Amino acid sequence: MTTAHSLTIDTLTLGYGDRAVIENLDLLIPPGQVTAIVGANACGKSTLLRSMSRLLAPRTGHVLLDGHDVQRIPAKQLARTLGLLPQSPIAPEGITVSDLVGRGRHPHQGMFSRWSHADDIAVADALDATETAALSDRPVDELSGGQRQRVWIAMALAQQTDLLLLDEPTTFLDVSHQVEVLDLLTDLNRTRGTTIVMVLHDLNLAARYADHLIALANGGVHASGPPGDVLTEDTVRAVFGLDSRVIIDPTSGQPLMLPIGRHHMRHSSPA
Amino acid sequence: MKQERPARTASTTPPTPTTQTVLRGRVGRFARRRTVVLVLAALIVIVLCVTLLVGQTIYSPGEVFRVILGENVPGATFTVGRLRLPRASLAVLAGLCFGLGGVTFQTMLRNPLASPDIIGISSGASAAAAFAIVTLGLGGTQVSIFAIVVGLAVALLIYTLSFKSGVAGTRLILIGIGIAAMLDSVTAYILSQAADWDLQAAQRWLTGSLNGPGWAQVVPVLVAVVVLSPVLLGQSRNLAVTQLGDDAASALGVRVDRTRLIVIATAVLLIAFATAAAGPIAFVAFLSGPIAARIVGPGASLLVPAALVGALLVLVADFIGQFALGTRLPVGVVTGVLGAPYLIYLIVRSNRSGGSL
Amino acid sequence: MTATVAPRISGAVLIRRSRRIRALGLLGALVVLAAVMVASVMIGSRDVGLGDVVAAFGGSADGFEQAAVVKRIPRTLLAVLAGAALGVSGAVMQGVTRNPLADPGILGVNMGASLAVVAGLAFFGLASPSLQIWVAIAGAAVTAVFVYTVGSLGRGGATPLKLALAGAATSAALVSFISAVVLGRNDIAGTVRSWQIGGVGGSTFASIEQVLPFLAIGFVVCLLSARGLNSLALGDDLAAGLGERVAVARGSAALGAVVLCGAATAVTGPIAFVGLVVPHACRLIVGVDHRWLIPFSALAGAILLTIADILGRIASRPGEVDVGIVTALIGAPFFIAIVRRRKIRAL
Repeated sequence: MTTAHSLTIDTLTLGYGDRAVIENLDLLIPPGQVTAIVGANACGKSTLLRSMSRLLAPRTGHVLLDGHDVQRIPAKQLARTLGLLPQSPIAPEGITVSDLVGRGRHPHQGMFSRWSHADDIAVADALDATETAALSDRPVDELSGGQRQRVWIAMALAQQTDLLLLDEPTTFLDVSHQVEVLDLLTDLNRTRGTTIVMVLHDLNLAARYADHLIALANGGVHASGPPGDVLTEDTVRAVFGLDSRVIIDPTSGQPLMLPIGRHHMRHSSPA
Repeated sequence: MKQERPARTASTTPPTPTTQTVLRGRVGRFARRRTVVLVLAALIVIVLCVTLLVGQTIYSPGEVFRVILGENVPGATFTVGRLRLPRASLAVLAGLCFGLGGVTFQTMLRNPLASPDIIGISSGASAAAAFAIVTLGLGGTQVSIFAIVVGLAVALLIYTLSFKSGVAGTRLILIGIGIAAMLDSVTAYILSQAADWDLQAAQRWLTGSLNGPGWAQVVPVLVAVVVLSPVLLGQSRNLAVTQLGDDAASALGVRVDRTRLIVIATAVLLIAFATAAAGPIAFVAFLSGPIAARIVGPGASLLVPAALVGALLVLVADFIGQFALGTRLPVGVVTGVLGAPYLIYLIVRSNRSGGSL
Repeated sequence: MTATVAPRISGAVLIRRSRRIRALGLLGALVVLAAVMVASVMIGSRDVGLGDVVAAFGGSADGFEQAAVVKRIPRTLLAVLAGAALGVSGAVMQGVTRNPLADPGILGVNMGASLAVVAGLAFFGLASPSLQIWVAIAGAAVTAVFVYTVGSLGRGGATPLKLALAGAATSAALVSFISAVVLGRNDIAGTVRSWQIGGVGGSTFASIEQVLPFLAIGFVVCLLSARGLNSLALGDDLAAGLGERVAVARGSAALGAVVLCGAATAVTGPIAFVGLVVPHACRLIVGVDHRWLIPFSALAGAILLTIADILGRIASRPGEVDVGIVTALIGAPFFIAIVRRRKIRAL
């Protein structure tokens, strides 16, 4: 159902005002996999994601989708292939779930075209995939945090894109909802082959759910690859400035980062 | 890891229960909007007829009809043809413009309180009109043209000042309020220097009134409505998507800055033309959107309903101003006095429900 | 013990040093104010020499020059008092609402005072100045409470944007009411029109006397609430944690601000932007400690309004531009500059 697309980033420099946040970055997003981007605050993770979806124009370099510069692709055409769920989307007051998800069909509709059956099917599919069909007539304002996030993902799904970028989809959610959302995204990847790129602030969740992990630091890529290779004590120290122990998580088999602080450490001597 | 699912086409699969729910929801929303639009249109027609028939002298429907057809009916031709018909037409057209312009601003800036009344557009046109009438001694169409040009210039100024790598709604609103304060003081100064008869004319203009319009004043507004509303209606889908936030809208393929520019320019032009012909009729631009939102419900496009609400408001307010009370009141005062409490109520309600502020 | 230690300036010395700067600043402001006041008496539709000023103070009133001086003294005095009142009112309101855009004009408080006076005049024939002051204060208080309540409903409390919008919308509504009240009332139309714009033109010693007690009370209340405002600036929760009685502090400060604004508006009419511009400028010089900010705002406000009055008299001799217009023309660009500089999230 999905076609593989190549998303590459070539010598990219990004910034706001006179600050350069990302400098001369080269990156390849593996198609058909779940990629997580991690890094310290203000290291440029969100900035990078926004430039991948054309929201931010690069100072130098290109973001290439299937070899074409993303800035040159017409907006609607891009939106049919690549979807983005931004950090704080706004739900118009009183809007119902199915109406909001329906907005995701915008890239497929012309200025005056009417709603087609295909549109309805796409919306219904998205609702089913996110298990929000039962909520379809409820106002979005009344939903819980986890439900609301699922609805936003449904909207991104209704766009029927092959690539889905998500900017911190789990921030502000409590732990059960975080897991809910990440499991959903994994389902999407496994059943539909959607390429998923998400910025996460939780290092351990990122290590568990990602097929490919990218750690950003100092305006560039510090490490990228399978979580087992990337999440090491050296990486944590370089990227976060934190001493840690990395063990294998017994529940998932993926690396688990345990931070080392000044207190409550076994076998530690007074500072 | 990846399973191929058979593509679902419209023709091959029977609708699932979810699809049916979705369809039902959408059809229901559109049906409600369509009903509202039809009812509003019908009301406008009815009130229009009433204003043509009723007045100092009451004419029969037959007479009015013959006047419209172009026949010469003694007495009626003048009163209905020269006085009432242009007045009623201007009321409807100005109302359409204000309603459309107001709801566009409110939707674009994601804020029900961001009405052109408050953020300086009307203040610009008013200051221009005061200047034209009092200082330049102009009259009639010249005042209108001046008001339109200055109104546009002010809008451009506000837009430019709030542009800092893109336009943020918050900044635009606040800068608009600042500019409005400046322009209001300019207007006050001009008025304070005015001779008495100029002052009367200026005051009348400033409160918004539909007194004595000829067809010459109606035609420009008609042209504006006919030319500009299709532009706005064409952007209504884009507008709906921008409500989700600039980032989400861009992600859905909407060129946000371009849409915003087109839409605001069109709305400003509509308002400028209407203001030039009828003066700044208080609160119509502000109230039409929220009223339309309450009767149509969430999610549907409010452009047409708000335009119709605006037209109805102006028609009814003018009628009340002429006949319902003891003295003749200009339409702007009626909308102002009736609109102000509703405005306050709306702010309270919108704030309390944590609305899109 | 022989290692070189970088000289450390003790904290006490630092405080003393900055206190000295502030004291100097205050003194400097007083000097500027005195100079400006003299200038105000000297400049006008007819310029007057220093000799005539001295003579007029002495009591003689020969010649046009000295008569002009005699007329300008109450005007200057009113500008100083009203400017100080508005400056302090603005500083306190910004402190109470923790909102950089708070200003009696933007929040519609001016219009509330105006409407109250106009309505009093129209419906109850209240023409006596002392009664008008009470009425104006009442109108200002009601409007302030209303705007603040409405602006703080919903998500985020009283953000600058919500407060500004509530204020602007309320002003628009009040202006409508004012024009509705005035409609057809030719008897008061003249008075009202001269009242729509703030001005110090028609001031007399009598009117100043009437308003002085109110201004005095307002100033004292505001000065006393300075410490409370410093705590409130940290947020309600933190302030309570520091032992501040939040509701009392906020209430009394707001009361002081409203009394000052209402009393000033009662005599001069609505003057906008002084309360906005002055505290911001003062903060750049004296910092955010309200114990210094409030007196400084008083002086700066007085200076600003007096200069605005002088400009108004120069700008269109032999006529004059009312002070309210001049402050709007200067203040609005300043307001816009503030808005442009701040980050959107902070608004």
